[in-house]
Amino acid sequence: MAEILTKSRARNIFYGGSIFFVVVFVMMTVHSHRYVVRTSTAGMPLNEEVVHGKHVWEKNSCINCHSLHGEGAYFAPELGNVTTRWGVQDSPDDAFWMLKGWIESQPSGIEGRRQMPRYELTDEDIRGLAEFLRWADQTDTQGWPPNDAG
Amino acid sequence: MKYQSQKVAYWYILAAMALFGIQVLGGLLAGWIYVSPNFLSDLLPFNVIRMIHTNALIVWLLLGFFAAAYFLVPEESEREIWSTKLAYLQLIILLVGTLGAVGSYLVGIHGGREFLEQPLWVKFGILVAALIFLFNISMTVLSGRRTAITNVLLLGLWLLSLLWVFAFINPDNLSLDKMYWWFVVHLWVEATWELVMAAILAFLLLKLTGVDREVVEKWLYVIVATALFSGILGTGHHFYWIGLPGYWQWVGSIFSTFEVIPFFLMMSFAFVMVWKGRKNHPNKAALLWSLGSSTVAFFGAGVWGFLHTLHGVNFYSHGTQITAAHGHLAFYGAYVALNLAVFTYAMPMLRQREPYNQVLNMASFWLMTGGMAFMTFVLTFAGTIQTHMQRVVGDYYMDVQDSLSIFYLMRFGAGAAVVIGALLFIYSMLVVRRREVIAPGPANPVPGE
Repeated sequence: MAEILTKSRARNIFYGGSIFFVVVFVMMTVHSHRYVVRTSTAGMPLNEEVVHGKHVWEKNSCINCHSLHGEGAYFAPELGNVTTRWGVQDSPDDAFWMLKGWIESQPSGIEGRRQMPRYELTDEDIRGLAEFLRWADQTDTQGWPPNDAG
Repeated sequence: MKYQSQKVAYWYILAAMALFGIQVLGGLLAGWIYVSPNFLSDLLPFNVIRMIHTNALIVWLLLGFFAAAYFLVPEESEREIWSTKLAYLQLIILLVGTLGAVGSYLVGIHGGREFLEQPLWVKFGILVAALIFLFNISMTVLSGRRTAITNVLLLGLWLLSLLWVFAFINPDNLSLDKMYWWFVVHLWVEATWELVMAAILAFLLLKLTGVDREVVEKWLYVIVATALFSGILGTGHHFYWIGLPGYWQWVGSIFSTFEVIPFFLMMSFAFVMVWKGRKNHPNKAALLWSLGSSTVAFFGAGVWGFLHTLHGVNFYSHGTQITAAHGHLAFYGAYVALNLAVFTYAMPMLRQREPYNQVLNMASFWLMTGGMAFMTFVLTFAGTIQTHMQRVVGDYYMDVQDSLSIFYLMRFGAGAAVVIGALLFIYSMLVVRRREVIAPGPANPVPGE
């Protein structure tokens, strides 16, 4: 490295530049926060059922097998667009019955196929989860995933 | 060991290696379930095993960072640690928290944000332990000699602890939840942890190569500058498809491309220092791990990260086995190998011995590194096929997975090599043999001198 870059100059560039990028990042975060609330997730109200569903999702750690908007464990199918894949995105009742049927038929017990455990959920839990998945599905994710397969 | 209080690091290293063992065995188990999906499915489902695999990794890496700090700060500051009692208290809190977390996972009590599944009391325990650590180590540094290495190390550790606050913030809005979640996950491993890594690497190279401190520290500031300049806005590469504005696709693509630079610099730094230093340090295994860490980090974090970071590519590859391939090699190179370099360097001194078991240790390096490389390659192939079949053609997830089984079988074999390597490493650290497996040659002067 050239003599012009002394240790103290390198240090000052590091501190000054980092503060600059932190400030820019914070400003973009504030804008993104507003965008999420007002635009990208505004298509469906974030009501009690959806919030309850999110807690059901978290309590059972679904993310450690499935992925949601592409984030998670890649061991089981993507669920960010599952209500579209099942054709129930526009109908809360269809989504509920479809999900209830699915969860209560697990585990499949089929030899050589990945097993989803049996979760003992109440109808209220399942309805919440269905609404949460419908809510996630209506989020504007910039066109992702590329197709219904997720 | 120049300072008595450095001994604290010994117990942190032991705890870290125990969790390292648990982590790789958990990984092997998860890898086997990919091959044979019905295995343990009633008793211990995949999601619980994965939680143990990832959480054990994160905690032991942090324990390793704490060990490195307690080992190197006294030497850098030329002071004993401010309070060894606090250091041991911190370790006890962390171990109780870890065992508590693993225990709760096994009985089905856990949160659902990936990697942050710890029950609330464990999260608070981690916060308290981090605060004790920061207080203790800051008091030591402030009362002694200040160096660039301790400056950067401390800055990294303060910032990563500060970011832990976001582990407690879980908005009801899923997209906001994800955005703030990345404040912990990305800004740990792709920003603040890099500061810790660079500082530790600088310390190791200073000791192992004998290069002038001024040179090492100038490199250090340049490396961490490039890490934060690229890494902070590089967070954008996680913001493409989770409901955030479209401009992140450009910001994320451009800045995360620059994230390759700090890793390239760290690799260059390591090799240049060894070249310039010409010191014949007796601990060859520590040198191998230091060079290996910076090299594998460049490939795992740098090259494999760039592979799928551009938004046009990521649109198709996001959340496939490509991500898994990158995650494994990046963590192994940047943080696992670096911690093992510290353990290899520090353990003989902490036990007041000559470097021992170096041949076994170096064999474990090649077993683990070879295993991880092979795992990364097969998962990259699996991910490429998955991306094409699922994201381009539109075949359903489970159908695609069924056609990838050969890769998962090979991944399991690679994982087995890693586990054997890890156990060999732990053995070489703990069990002192009387002589090396292969006797070393005599030390030769440099030819031509």
